[in-house]
Amino acid sequence: MTTNTRSNPATASLTQKGGGKTSDRAFSGLALVAGLLVLVILALILIVTVKQSIPVFQKEGLKFFTSSTWIPNDPDGPDGPKTPQFGALAFIYGSLVVSFLGLLFAVPVAIGIALFLTELAPQRVRGYVVTVIDLLASVPSVVFGLWGILVLGPWLFSAYGWVHARVDGIPVLQTIFGVPASGRVLMTAGVIVAIMIVPIITSIMREVFATVPTAEKHAALALGATKWEMIKGVVFPHSFGGMVGAVMLGLGRAIGETIAVALVIGAAVQISPNLFSAGDALPSIIVRNWGESSGTFQAALVGCAVTLFLITIIINYLARIVVSRAEARLKGAAA
Amino acid sequence: MTTVTRDARAVPADLRAGSISTRRRITDYIAKSLMVLALLIALVPLGLVTAYVISKGAHMISWNFLTGRIPRQQTTAGGGIGPAIIGTLITTAAASALAIPLGVLGAIYLNEYGKQGPLARTIRTMTDVMTGVPSIVMGLFIYLTVVTLTEKRTAFAGALALACLMLPVVIRTTEEMLRLVPDELRQASLALGARKWRTTLTVVIPAAISGIMSGALLAIARAAGETAPIVLVVGITYRPNWSLFNGGNTALPALIYNNASSPYEPAVNLAWGAALTLVAIVLIATLIGRFIASRYAIKER
Amino acid sequence: MPDDDSNPPEVNMTNVSDRQQINVAVPTVGRGGAGAGPPAPSAPQVVLELSNVSVFYGNYEAVRGTTMTIGKNQITALIGPSGCGKSTVLRSLNRMNDLIPGARVAGRVAFHGTDLYAPEVDPIQVRRRIGMVFQKPNPFPKSIYDNVAYGLRINNIKGNMDDMVEQALRGAALWDEVKDKLKQSGLALSGGQQQRLCIARTIAVKPEVILMDEPCSALDPIATSKIEDLMYELAFDYTIAIVTHNMQQAARVSNKTAFFTAEVDENGVRHGRLVEYDDTPRIFTNPREKRTEDYITGRFG
Repeated sequence: MTTNTRSNPATASLTQKGGGKTSDRAFSGLALVAGLLVLVILALILIVTVKQSIPVFQKEGLKFFTSSTWIPNDPDGPDGPKTPQFGALAFIYGSLVVSFLGLLFAVPVAIGIALFLTELAPQRVRGYVVTVIDLLASVPSVVFGLWGILVLGPWLFSAYGWVHARVDGIPVLQTIFGVPASGRVLMTAGVIVAIMIVPIITSIMREVFATVPTAEKHAALALGATKWEMIKGVVFPHSFGGMVGAVMLGLGRAIGETIAVALVIGAAVQISPNLFSAGDALPSIIVRNWGESSGTFQAALVGCAVTLFLITIIINYLARIVVSRAEARLKGAAA
Repeated sequence: MTTVTRDARAVPADLRAGSISTRRRITDYIAKSLMVLALLIALVPLGLVTAYVISKGAHMISWNFLTGRIPRQQTTAGGGIGPAIIGTLITTAAASALAIPLGVLGAIYLNEYGKQGPLARTIRTMTDVMTGVPSIVMGLFIYLTVVTLTEKRTAFAGALALACLMLPVVIRTTEEMLRLVPDELRQASLALGARKWRTTLTVVIPAAISGIMSGALLAIARAAGETAPIVLVVGITYRPNWSLFNGGNTALPALIYNNASSPYEPAVNLAWGAALTLVAIVLIATLIGRFIASRYAIKER
Repeated sequence: MPDDDSNPPEVNMTNVSDRQQINVAVPTVGRGGAGAGPPAPSAPQVVLELSNVSVFYGNYEAVRGTTMTIGKNQITALIGPSGCGKSTVLRSLNRMNDLIPGARVAGRVAFHGTDLYAPEVDPIQVRRRIGMVFQKPNPFPKSIYDNVAYGLRINNIKGNMDDMVEQALRGAALWDEVKDKLKQSGLALSGGQQQRLCIARTIAVKPEVILMDEPCSALDPIATSKIEDLMYELAFDYTIAIVTHNMQQAARVSNKTAFFTAEVDENGVRHGRLVEYDDTPRIFTNPREKRTEDYITGRFG
């Protein structure tokens, strides 16, 4: 017995729309647009920056990446007007050196803290430690830069002098730890960056360590292993992928760190193996010169930005994949 | 009835504390000490920075300092950071007004509609990637679009750049919170005849609101401390400027950056005072956010 | 209201190993033995009619070929072992299966003669007429008052809100316990009270039918007994369908019982199906199908 829905008085109301369905669709559409915004912005950034950097690539081609001669238009320079040349190699070098130094100092510390939090710390202490790490993460980069240039730099300068004196005569070391130019050098930037990336590396490592199956940890301990032996034998092998991912994320963050580095790196366009010498990095050169730039110079700075953007995107993307793959494998194994 | 003997001689040798090899014990001890050392190493910079900012900045703080104008000459003493505080307030507020609603909506799309679909997964990954975009690139992007088009540097341009930086953070934290809301609540609301949008707005969001707010506060704290975009697109001002759209502006981080490498002591003192103010603002926002999160967290039932 | 405490339902199951007895003692039917459910007319008006209803999740046929009716002001119980599709069938009555991606209903579910799955029917409207109470109490994280008022507000039901809330709470036998704390959070109540709050929330919008999906399985025996008393009262005003895997409960409260079971077909795939549907006394004392008899005597299930 089929009754037409509308003509059945008992159920006529079931077909009233009351504008409900449209409101549902409008809302979900709105939410979708908001979600797509992320993709749109990223795409726009890529398009706009690449487009604006074209002039410098037309001029320099691939030499932009391979040459370290950087002479912006400077008609009133000390040696008279020069033809502008834009080779960003010095900045790529600087960014890489500072980032690797940062990782060198930050990764062991981050591993130590993450292990402390997951394996060693009593429950009550954990909360405080996490708060401290969060506080460290919340200090603005510019404040680190200010402290770095006014306090840490001068301090480290004397430390550099001490180190240089000690290694004088030893072949490789005396080049790396050469004559300190001042407190504003590559090494100082590395130290500051290290301080700033510890929180993010620590937090990812903590997540990864936490997914190691407790059953296996207990099995190791039940065999009479010490805590450290358990960590070496169970936690590290399981977490290796995740740890790599965490390091990569730290690297991405380090390369993008702008202001603190800009203040303490010394602003010299040069490539030198001496870690105690000044240098410059991709983000720093941009922030320092943007205001007075125009024409091809500005395009060159945008070119630096494009390089920076692509490097950080790629590193971040790969890092996320590595971390999620490692965590998925762990969770799958533990399930 | 046997009595428990506490005679040490009765404990068999291999259960005694000394039986594990010395080398293993030492290694274990060293490893544990290194972990604690790592923690202390991380504490040192935090402590030092805090100590210096307070000691060098505290004596600058006064009502005049907080409201006074920024000296045009770096050699002038006795200025204030009023315009920078105003600039920070209006850019951060405008950025939040843009990023927070859009971020929450985006998270709603990801958790309530898109879920695990291909588009949603792409957006999720790209959101994570977007959190890693350096702030300088964001500032540059806004400059090349907004500032070039409107031919002026304004606080609004800065707010746009900050909003782009905040957006992925808000989306991520909000999505986490929405995921914690038990599905049964949604079902209960739908079973009463509520539409999905209504369910989302009147049941799901209120249930997750404390987590959303704390995530938003953390994003705001981050935005308040960003320097590079401000330096690029907001211009400069020495007088208080409450307008988002007219004339250049400044903000605390930009002021600190400009003065940090100055050879003149008054400018440097200004920078320390501004740093203390900025740290205080960021700290308060962070602490409020964490407080809300811990007090009102969704309890897993 | 019958005093249930003086006559607790008897369960007298024979030993499983004893397979000789066919006429075994089964759960005592009805309230104090006086007959199940409120006095029902000999030919109750049919409110919901299922004709050969199957529910698919993708290609998997979870329940097949269900044909039964639900009568006005009656309590109809759906019983059976786990995984036999009783909840699935229940959820198809108020189109809650729509929420599961890939879920599909074949056959006809008629509400007062109208096919609920006809294209022009709006599921939201269906849910306003056919309400649902869930297994785990799921009050919203709002005040008791706002929980009950929620359905009224979203459906724009006019009238004195306070009165309607009170009426609903009285109808759910909760008013006396909460009348002084209407502003307190619904989550602060005990489990049994929370479930009655969910019932109040459901009846506030005055649906015609109340579907209950194992409403007592998360509650202690005293709370359970209070809700069973409540069901008896509610049946005077509403039509009730309840899924339960507690046979004694079905025997106690329902007028009609539908027994479902799960069978494995030749490919090793489990499907649920309706085995027998009849008046409750009949099902529990003299079932037609052997399967039914095996289940209620505890031989399996």
